[in-house]
Amino acid sequence: MISVTLALVGFFVSLYLWLWKIGFLGALACGTGSCEAVQLSRHAMLFGQPVALYGVVGYIGLFGIGFLGLQGKWANRHAPTVWLTALSGVGVGFTAYLTYLEAFVIHAWCRWCLVSAAIIAAIFVTSLLGWRRHSGER
Amino acid sequence: MAGRDMKNFYIGIAVLAVVGAGAIWMVRTDSQGAGPELVDPLPVTGESFPGYILGSDSAPVQITEFADFQCPACGQFAVLTAPDIKQRLVASGQVRFVFKDFPLDMHRNSVPAHLAAACADEQGQFWTMHDQIFFRQRDWAEVRRPERTFHGYARDLGLDLRQYDECMDSRRYAGRLARSRQDGAQLGVASTPTLIIGNLRVTGAIPYDSLTVLVNRAAAAAR
Repeated sequence: MISVTLALVGFFVSLYLWLWKIGFLGALACGTGSCEAVQLSRHAMLFGQPVALYGVVGYIGLFGIGFLGLQGKWANRHAPTVWLTALSGVGVGFTAYLTYLEAFVIHAWCRWCLVSAAIIAAIFVTSLLGWRRHSGER
Repeated sequence: MAGRDMKNFYIGIAVLAVVGAGAIWMVRTDSQGAGPELVDPLPVTGESFPGYILGSDSAPVQITEFADFQCPACGQFAVLTAPDIKQRLVASGQVRFVFKDFPLDMHRNSVPAHLAAACADEQGQFWTMHDQIFFRQRDWAEVRRPERTFHGYARDLGLDLRQYDECMDSRRYAGRLARSRQDGAQLGVASTPTLIIGNLRVTGAIPYDSLTVLVNRAAAAAR
């Protein structure tokens, strides 16, 4: 439940950044951060697509897997938790790389990116704990 | 898991989804109204540095842009909107366009960029340097020594490099930048880009279509 809720929040954070990147939204609300500097840097694009779009897709995947894992016949199976852990693990690795870029290459911080980093890390930890719990029950 | 817990969970997820979608929709609506709606009538007062000027003194409307070379929105405005202003409004004599320095403290490479443009202006190349700096903003915004990049632009533009380097080393226009910022602050400029169109002030990289509405309004007021 926690992972599904976090994935939904992460989805909206990524969606916001992606919609701004493609010009659907006006100014980027960022407080005193440097969201625009990060979002307009060359590192905000990957394989021709905005990085935020990968976040949108990733969070949809996490939400879908988490939601599936709560449904009747899947609730007691191990697989959704494994998939959730694996996908969020990839997300944590990718986010760590992006955070490194912000700190040492772009020299600017995007608050929304940091929020997303915290969310994906929390999903990973939650999934990992769920995995261990499932393993202990077997 | 108890059915009641699941029901509450689904309700919570649905509420969260609606709130999230609603928040994005509100941001979208706000940004759509960010053109003429944000315009704030403001009397334009005298200024100590006239700025970098394009166009005729007899043009009925003056657009003054307060900009920061490292500001991404200013770069967007310079790339997407300013060319249309120059080609359609300035060239036709409808508008006099003035660029004023407004380097922000949050951008560490901004002051060197403004100084480079001022030094290029000594040799009559402000606008070409202006375009180089804005159009290639991503190339220098993150580097530790932007002066080297600007030196390359000066060389590409065919400037007298000895004079350019002497100008950059002396930082003789640093005081002018500070004064220009003060002028902007007195006119209510708090962010970049800020445009003063006639006696109207508008913030943000507004698109050309929105800008022409304000130009027409300012022209009507000037008649």
